[in-house]
Amino acid sequence: MSHRVINSLGKRVAVTLSAISIGMLGIATITSGAGASGLTAPTAGMKPASAVGKGEGSLNLIAWEGYVQPQWVKPFTKATGCVVHPKYAGSSGEMVSLMANGGGGQYDLVSASGDADLRLIYGGDVKPVNMSLIPSWKQFRPFLQAPSFNTIKGVHFGVSLQFGPNVLLYSTKTFKKAPTSWSVLYSSKYKGKLTVPNNPIQIADAALYLEKSQPSLGITDPYELTQTQFNATVNLLKSQKPLIAKYWNLASDEINLFQSKTVVAGAAWPYQTITLQSNKAAVADTIPSVEGATGWADSWLLATHAPHPNCAYKWMAWASTPQVQAEQAVYFGETPANSLACPLMNKLQAGSCAGYHADQPDSYFKTIKFWKTPLAQCGNGKSDCVPYSQWTSAWTTITG
Amino acid sequence: MLSPPLLWFLVIYLTSLVLMLVTGFWSVNGFTSQIDHHLTGQNFSQITAGAYPSIIGRTVLLAVLVTVTDAIVAFPFAYVMARVATQRTQRILLGAVLLPLWASYLAKVYAWISILEKGGALNWTFSKVGLPNPNLGFTNGAMWIAFCYIWLPYMIVPIYGALERIPSSLLDASADLGGSSWSTLRRVILPLALPGLAAGSIFTFSLTLGDYVTPLLIGGSNSTLIGNAIYENLLTGGNLPLAAALSTVPIAVMIIYLGIAKRLGAFEAL
Amino acid sequence: MRRRLARASLWLWVLGVLFFLFAPIATIVLFGFDRSNVETWPIQHWTLSWYSVAWHDPQVRAAFALSLKAAFAATILSLVLGSMAAFGVHRARFFGRDSISLLLILPLALPGIITGVALNSAFQWAGIQLSIWTIIVGHTTFCIVVIYNNVIARLRRTSNTLLEASADLGATAVQTFRFVTLPTIATALVSGALLAFALSFDEVIVTTFTAGAQNTLPIWIFGAIRLGQQLPEVNVVVTMVVVLMFIPILIAARLTGSENFAPRVAATQPK
Repeated sequence: MSHRVINSLGKRVAVTLSAISIGMLGIATITSGAGASGLTAPTAGMKPASAVGKGEGSLNLIAWEGYVQPQWVKPFTKATGCVVHPKYAGSSGEMVSLMANGGGGQYDLVSASGDADLRLIYGGDVKPVNMSLIPSWKQFRPFLQAPSFNTIKGVHFGVSLQFGPNVLLYSTKTFKKAPTSWSVLYSSKYKGKLTVPNNPIQIADAALYLEKSQPSLGITDPYELTQTQFNATVNLLKSQKPLIAKYWNLASDEINLFQSKTVVAGAAWPYQTITLQSNKAAVADTIPSVEGATGWADSWLLATHAPHPNCAYKWMAWASTPQVQAEQAVYFGETPANSLACPLMNKLQAGSCAGYHADQPDSYFKTIKFWKTPLAQCGNGKSDCVPYSQWTSAWTTITG
Repeated sequence: MLSPPLLWFLVIYLTSLVLMLVTGFWSVNGFTSQIDHHLTGQNFSQITAGAYPSIIGRTVLLAVLVTVTDAIVAFPFAYVMARVATQRTQRILLGAVLLPLWASYLAKVYAWISILEKGGALNWTFSKVGLPNPNLGFTNGAMWIAFCYIWLPYMIVPIYGALERIPSSLLDASADLGGSSWSTLRRVILPLALPGLAAGSIFTFSLTLGDYVTPLLIGGSNSTLIGNAIYENLLTGGNLPLAAALSTVPIAVMIIYLGIAKRLGAFEAL
Repeated sequence: MRRRLARASLWLWVLGVLFFLFAPIATIVLFGFDRSNVETWPIQHWTLSWYSVAWHDPQVRAAFALSLKAAFAATILSLVLGSMAAFGVHRARFFGRDSISLLLILPLALPGIITGVALNSAFQWAGIQLSIWTIIVGHTTFCIVVIYNNVIARLRRTSNTLLEASADLGATAVQTFRFVTLPTIATALVSGALLAFALSFDEVIVTTFTAGAQNTLPIWIFGAIRLGQQLPEVNVVVTMVVVLMFIPILIAARLTGSENFAPRVAATQPK
């Protein structure tokens, strides 16, 4: 790094500045040597715990709302003596920010989604986890035991938790048959009656659509886009904007939009579908067969400076058990990573296992492209992909 | 007298703020996503192009609209509170202004969604009466209404404070000297209420300028404000330099706003 | 006749504003009785069950208590610092006093996210653990201006001759403060404190970054709204807070709304 400018400001300031900028930019610490040679996670060399000791009596979590419910927290505290203090974050960005400096010696675990994981890992904010201390891990679906968004070169930085597809939610009044392509979200026929998430990662959804509709662009991975591919995707999204009634921010926003019949189609999570259907709204969802879908997968990641590591391991083990997995899946409306959770889900809520596709074989989920942080380093060894910071500024230009 | 509050601001707030804003002159390397510490004006030229000018314009326009609307709505109300109502009614009205402050900001925005949206209470009422549906949900109009609503008490209270202190003798004098109610209002009451109006407008204006939750919740597809752009660049994108450059916009706007208020004599009215 | 008409239209305006102020509050209260967690108008099925859910929710209780404590402490601190700043700026005539106003307003004018992240990294850098104290520090930073604005508006409306008269009549500085200055600014302090308390009690953005692993009421509410799983519970909690706050507000309104403090005329002879 060049410190030419800050030298004049004095060394102390420089240290502060770097601390702040590193802290706030999850990916800022990617070493300058990174490039074609590949990235290294700063904490990859740290030796994970070899055994879980006595609990520290306390556990601080950064979590999505609905991930730390009394139903499974109370029995955990009773069994381990670890009192759980959850802090709810509103977006992946907030999670990365709160986890700055390895959790700041404050937080133990974060339930981050795939779009934040690599920022946390390459930012050095999370450290390796010893999977042999998570007994239920062996029951996980194979593709979630070491997925690329939380496992780098065989080093596990997190324990998969739950996942779900980004489905196409539609009004059954408008669509008699389930749409087979995401093209409805780009069709002027439904002008002013569409909604998509207000999230830069949504660019991947458009890229996924272009992968099939414009094969000449040569898109193979919606998270690894060259400048040309990226520009074409952004242009598609710009032309989509006049069709959008609202870019939704909260799950409840979108539920409102469909319930009030403001929109007839949109990108959604299964949660919205289930909630709307239980309120007798005429909606259904589908994974369009032409393109497949993007999806999110959440993991518990261990903070580098976790103050309560034993309680953290106990929690990761607890959250991976079939019973807790089932409870959380039903509560939040998502698919559990543990393959033994299905029958327990049905016990909690009849039909929920099939409702959240937890009964599907792994091949079904092969069609889902899970969120991951877009980096300049493409998977093919080149480094001409558009990084996430540009995704965000492009998203502001699209929606602004 | 000044040093404790100044010290508080310098040590706690200003230092951290300046450290952050300095990064506005740096840049994020597009390929490694790391901060490049070379001085550059690129972030500032970036915010004068693309979608940013319209975002900035929209935000400032909205803040002005909200402030003007709140001033118009609040003034007669505060006047009645301070000069017309009996002491008992005065207390009830003040309580009525303050009470909505306790209903959470978020819950209030949500309430406006359920009132304004397509199947909401407003459309429902209009249909019952036989009027066409206004369909205000998820538009910039909805955002304007929600902002006016949320910050209204912050306008009423200072105006009321200013009006309440006007000596009755002054108004009597104006009437005795043959001033009509209108010219008393214009020549006596309004100038005396100006500091209150200025104090209130600072709240409504600056609170609207910096907000980004209301547009997220109740705005439509054209409702991005400066706050949203900063939030996205800072938290989602990790582009701290651009977010820092954007943050200088509300600061500049506030300097201009305070300058205008000063020129109008709003601060030195007495 | 014209006078009467003017008066009638003024009162009509007041009624209109009251309706505007309370229609959303009424909506919040009503949806607390909605059995469904998706708000649709008109309400189809009514229930009281959310009241029991909210009442027995330990997270709500803890969050409410934390919010009260933080808002209380932040208000006291900003009362002291805000009025000090107002007196300082009012008395002194020095270059750059306008920039102090700007400085104090910044935390309101800048998006909360900036204040929040800036404070967060400063705390991190200084090695300060996030706790209720960091929440209070954050809240005080943006509440100072509320007190400052109220007090300085009042001071500018107060003539200095009054203070000089007090001094001329042999009063000590403390006496002048106690018997002249304080009564003059008392109502401004009370109303400023109310606004500051409300601002702090309701703040969610800065708090997200200055609170540790603990939730204030607005943070809890934002979380609950996000998913919408138990939306009516939020309405019930808000309703209960409003009802709880009714009495303190009435007392405060009694304090500010009357002439308990200073004779109006004496305190505000214009120059």
